[in-house]
Amino acid sequence: MKIDVPALSLVVLVGASGSGKSTFARQHFLATEVISSDFCRGLVSDDENDQAATKDAFEVLNFIAGKRLAAGRLTVIDATNVQPDARKELVNLAREYDVLPVAIVLDPPERVCIERTEQRADRQFGAKVITRQRSQLKRGLRSLKREGFRTVHVLNSVDEIDAVSIERTRLFNDLKDRTGPFDIIGDVHGCRPELEQLLTDLGYTITRDATGRPIDAVHQDRRAVFVGDLVDRGPDTPGVLRLVMGMVANGNAYCVPGNHEDKLLRALRGKNVKISHGLETTLEQLALEPQEFRDEVETFIDGLISHYVFDGGKLVVSHAGLVERMHGRASGRVRSFCLYGETTGETDEFGLPVRYPWANDYRGRAMVVYGHTPTPEPEWINNTICLDTGCVFGGSLTALRYPERELVSVKAAEEYYAPAKPLHVATAPSREPDVLELTDVTGRRVIETATHGRLSVRAEQAGAALEVMSRFAIDPRFLLYLPPTMSPVATSPEPGLLEHPRQAFETYRAQGVTELVCEEKHMGSRAVVLLTRDDDVAEKRFGVAGRGAIHTRTGRSFFDADLTDELLLRLRRVASDAGIFEELDTSWLLFDAELLPWSAKAEDLLRNQYAAVGAAARTSLPAATAALRSAVDAGLDMGELLASMERRTTNAAKFTEAYRRYCWPTDGLDGVRLAPFQVLASEGATYQDRPHAWHLDVADRMVAKGPELITQTRRLFVDADNWDAGIAWWEELTGAGGEGQGEGEGKGEGEGMVVKPAANLTRTGKGLAQPGLKVRGREYLRLIYGPDYTDPANFTRLRDRNLGHKRSLALREYALGLESLDRAARGEPLWRIHECVFAVLALESEPVDPRL
Amino acid sequence: MFLTLGTDLTGIDAPASDFGFLLHKNPARPQLIEVTGGSAHVFYPEATDERCTAAVLLEIDPIGLVRSGRGKAAEGFTLGEYVNDRPYAASSLLAVALAKLFRTAMNGRCDARPELAARAIPLEIHVPALPCWGGSDLAERLFAPLGWTVDARPVPLDPQIPAWGDSRYVDLRLTGVLRLADALNHLYVMLPVLDDAKHYWVGSDEVDKLVRAGEGWLGAHPEKELISRRYLAHRRYLADAALERLAEVDGVELADESSDEGSVSLAVERRGVVAGVLRELGARRVADIGCGEGALVGELLKDPMIGELIATDVSARALIGAKRRLHYDDLPDRQRDRLRFLQSSVTYSDERLAGLDAVVLMEVIEHVDPPRLPALAHSVFRAAHPAAIVITTPNSEYNALFPSLPAGNYRHPDHRFEWTRPEFETWSHEVATRYNYSVEFRPVGPPDPALGPPTQLALFRREDAR
Repeated sequence: MKIDVPALSLVVLVGASGSGKSTFARQHFLATEVISSDFCRGLVSDDENDQAATKDAFEVLNFIAGKRLAAGRLTVIDATNVQPDARKELVNLAREYDVLPVAIVLDPPERVCIERTEQRADRQFGAKVITRQRSQLKRGLRSLKREGFRTVHVLNSVDEIDAVSIERTRLFNDLKDRTGPFDIIGDVHGCRPELEQLLTDLGYTITRDATGRPIDAVHQDRRAVFVGDLVDRGPDTPGVLRLVMGMVANGNAYCVPGNHEDKLLRALRGKNVKISHGLETTLEQLALEPQEFRDEVETFIDGLISHYVFDGGKLVVSHAGLVERMHGRASGRVRSFCLYGETTGETDEFGLPVRYPWANDYRGRAMVVYGHTPTPEPEWINNTICLDTGCVFGGSLTALRYPERELVSVKAAEEYYAPAKPLHVATAPSREPDVLELTDVTGRRVIETATHGRLSVRAEQAGAALEVMSRFAIDPRFLLYLPPTMSPVATSPEPGLLEHPRQAFETYRAQGVTELVCEEKHMGSRAVVLLTRDDDVAEKRFGVAGRGAIHTRTGRSFFDADLTDELLLRLRRVASDAGIFEELDTSWLLFDAELLPWSAKAEDLLRNQYAAVGAAARTSLPAATAALRSAVDAGLDMGELLASMERRTTNAAKFTEAYRRYCWPTDGLDGVRLAPFQVLASEGATYQDRPHAWHLDVADRMVAKGPELITQTRRLFVDADNWDAGIAWWEELTGAGGEGQGEGEGKGEGEGMVVKPAANLTRTGKGLAQPGLKVRGREYLRLIYGPDYTDPANFTRLRDRNLGHKRSLALREYALGLESLDRAARGEPLWRIHECVFAVLALESEPVDPRL
Repeated sequence: MFLTLGTDLTGIDAPASDFGFLLHKNPARPQLIEVTGGSAHVFYPEATDERCTAAVLLEIDPIGLVRSGRGKAAEGFTLGEYVNDRPYAASSLLAVALAKLFRTAMNGRCDARPELAARAIPLEIHVPALPCWGGSDLAERLFAPLGWTVDARPVPLDPQIPAWGDSRYVDLRLTGVLRLADALNHLYVMLPVLDDAKHYWVGSDEVDKLVRAGEGWLGAHPEKELISRRYLAHRRYLADAALERLAEVDGVELADESSDEGSVSLAVERRGVVAGVLRELGARRVADIGCGEGALVGELLKDPMIGELIATDVSARALIGAKRRLHYDDLPDRQRDRLRFLQSSVTYSDERLAGLDAVVLMEVIEHVDPPRLPALAHSVFRAAHPAAIVITTPNSEYNALFPSLPAGNYRHPDHRFEWTRPEFETWSHEVATRYNYSVEFRPVGPPDPALGPPTQLALFRREDAR
């Protein structure tokens, strides 16, 4: 005998002790799929037969079964289950996880059970117990279906039990092997003319019967999927049904039922339903059709499956949407959700039920496509989309092309039915998209990145980031990216220098990367700029009013709202004039830049930290020097201290020179400059694979169109044969050419340079290459390591710096940044982007030597 | 890091060089001792019968300072701890060095010249770079009552950038006729008080020592409150480090969190009013969102009606502070079971806060950037969806009545806005309508007939919960 068991189900074995349940389970199921009450008794009491442990054992059993079912794994319960109460608990468990409960009853003759039990040394109880169990079983046998088991299999003899073969059947909703492409079509509601037009627009060829009525539509490689609500309200429900039924029958379409089909079915079956909401139209129209057709409709609707899971689980179609835990599940509850959705129990001012915004909370990977709620424009919410654009109410009929994610729609020829509330009124309460939840960011998190594998963020790091993100960062809908930290080069062995380009070149060469670019390191603040092409883009694409954002490495806005908008407007003009939006075919653009001067953002820091050091040094060192000179003149042996004080006076002056280079007066935006150096993302595209030459060319074009605002990033391309040119250029940039203690100012005043693989994103045998290594100038480093860092005694100690942690951090943040860009460009849900952005900030709270 | 102490011993029948005996330092022999963070030199630029000046030069080793005794935690330091004014300015480190160098003199002992140690002598002190938060005026206020003639000249921050104005340093000269021991104790206490910096390197035991040095004169000092407050404040928790690092990444500084709201009585009254509103509502399950240091939590715990209290804050450090303040870990189990601390954020939905009787946001919304207020409203009104919500916020009209608050300033440096009554009421009505709540307003604090109360309170009630 063959027993069909749904691939995801809770199989409950029922039978007295000695009926052969464990043997049966072993034969037909994986050892890990079977949870036996005896085993659980053993777990909690060290004795599989300790009846006193039964209560605890079943709690453990239920817990394990629940975990398995939540994870979507078939589970077999090996316990006697002869009492209705025990079975009821299991049926409830199956319901809780929306899986089908299946009962397999093993009921061999009593003597078989008794014999087997007596053969077992560990079983103390006698025949009486078995007799009692069997009589309990017999009493409950007839009511098993009523108890909630979907299918019940009863095996009455040893032969029958031995002859069983178990076949695992796929659930009806499981169409994971169908990969499409699909055209998913929203609520039709009897609008046959619009449906014909839409199918034609989508490239389907319509087949008609002798009287010209459409009975099928074929596309050579695409299939249609209907989200339900084919019927009611519209002008030709029978025509729509005839066409869709034909398509489904011929394998050209799939269809899930809507609440209107459900109600129609009950009406066709003569059930007492309220004839309203357009059902009256359908019944009138169907009355004109032959009984035969009405029977076909009844059979068709009855056979519809609540929802489908397509394409390896990446696409779910249901009429009213579906929460993730119900994907691919089967239960009355799932069916009800699919047909009606979830309501809050409230009604709105039009008397319609308020729908629970399940999509706001949706965090699943599968795309969920549905209809049910008329909206003026389909909108993506967390990878879900509602395609009901109210065709029958005079809106339009919309299809989503999958996997292209393109929308195709046909305007309704007329308003066929007056809506209960005006279509242009957004669903009540008005949509609050992209709601972020605390659980999207807190706790220990693991993020899968395309470039660097799985990266984890510790809970404490997330805690620090939560405060900064909440208190200081801009709206997360504008915060698509945070730049990674960058590692300095390995410490230079050259005397008097902590950093030197040679180490950067050597590091890359050792990884087989020889084509490099040296980019000038600007003396400003890192800025990420989100630019929009015109004023309605931000609202439409990101759901936030404004023109975009200019933010810092931790997501703060550089300027107040007015200045930000003004600067964005100027930048938009420059980018437009340079043809960048056009070239990248995008309405928005995200790029990486340096905002100058540093004092524009960090004036407080410059004043309170750097200038203060200079002021204190300027006042105290001369006084100390003068006192020492008097002491030396008076014959005290303090010459060495005097010399040291004089050296420190020089160092302090150099320090002051170093910070002064970062300060120039700005007033509002006057004096502010931007140096773009890398394009990060635009609609549907990221640019980490384009060589830096391309990025710098884009930047140069902006310089050409807006020289008063945009500063060029100077650069030099080097390869393994011309390191010397790179070194000379760095020396020129930083004034490190003339070596020697206490010599005057060098020519260059620059901060230093960044060495990057010219090809941009580079993978080596050992994984990702560092996206860049900074080589800072000797004078700039005074600001980092202190005015006197060049003193030999200090220098020796400073050389000993640990770069490992910084480098690992730089790579992890880089990969997270790229991941957030990819997700943003693909139009993924906000929480998916935000988790990466947040993770970068969390990693930044790591305690790493801040001077690196 | 440098100061001089000089005297001519005018009017005293002793050569000026006897000053060396008082200090227990031989003018002919420069001395070097090791002190916290570096080494201190004492030497005499001049030591004649007419005039004797001792100089103290403290050489700070900033690298060693960070590395010493910090173990691997040193990596977690902020840049500010590596590059700072300690090697140049006369800070608490110099005070500590003084105490070590002149321990005996500070105690007023001098076996060689006991009569000189016991009497007031003309003294001249020069501290060329003294960090002086509060300006030269404060130096005057602190030293003049002790008998000093004060000449404190502000040092410009950067002579090439005159727009930046003066630095926090003054070039300080004190002249007066005092006992040397008193003079040294004054310096020992006042240097760190004027510096008022983050005491990264001064442990709490040092603070105790400083207070002891004030015996005999601090009690009568007109500024004694300021002096002691500056000791006890500004001791930060280490948990701040991560936050400071993140601020530094942006090149900004964390604002000091002190309020300009004036008297503490308003805060007390506010808590009382909020607790009263909750009692009136009969709320049993309550959340205090943005609990800060837990002042309201402490108040609410006294109310036996409240069976479950959730205190949240976005700052992990604040929660640690609140737990400490309320002795959370020492509470009896039954008390502790009533109270839960959670790190949470008003701009994210937090399902742990769903379905309570009442949620309080006392002086919270004004710390949120206005563009983020819709997210706050969503998380509180939609996601948490309690039966009642109590929100308090400053009434900006009333600011004119705070004498110490300059016009146009907010009451707290972290406030992102402060609303007039109409502004708050407009926002409240919009939110109430959107989320189906009713709203009423109440005053907190004694209202001014024209400008209203210092704090405004909105009480929202869920329509279906009434």
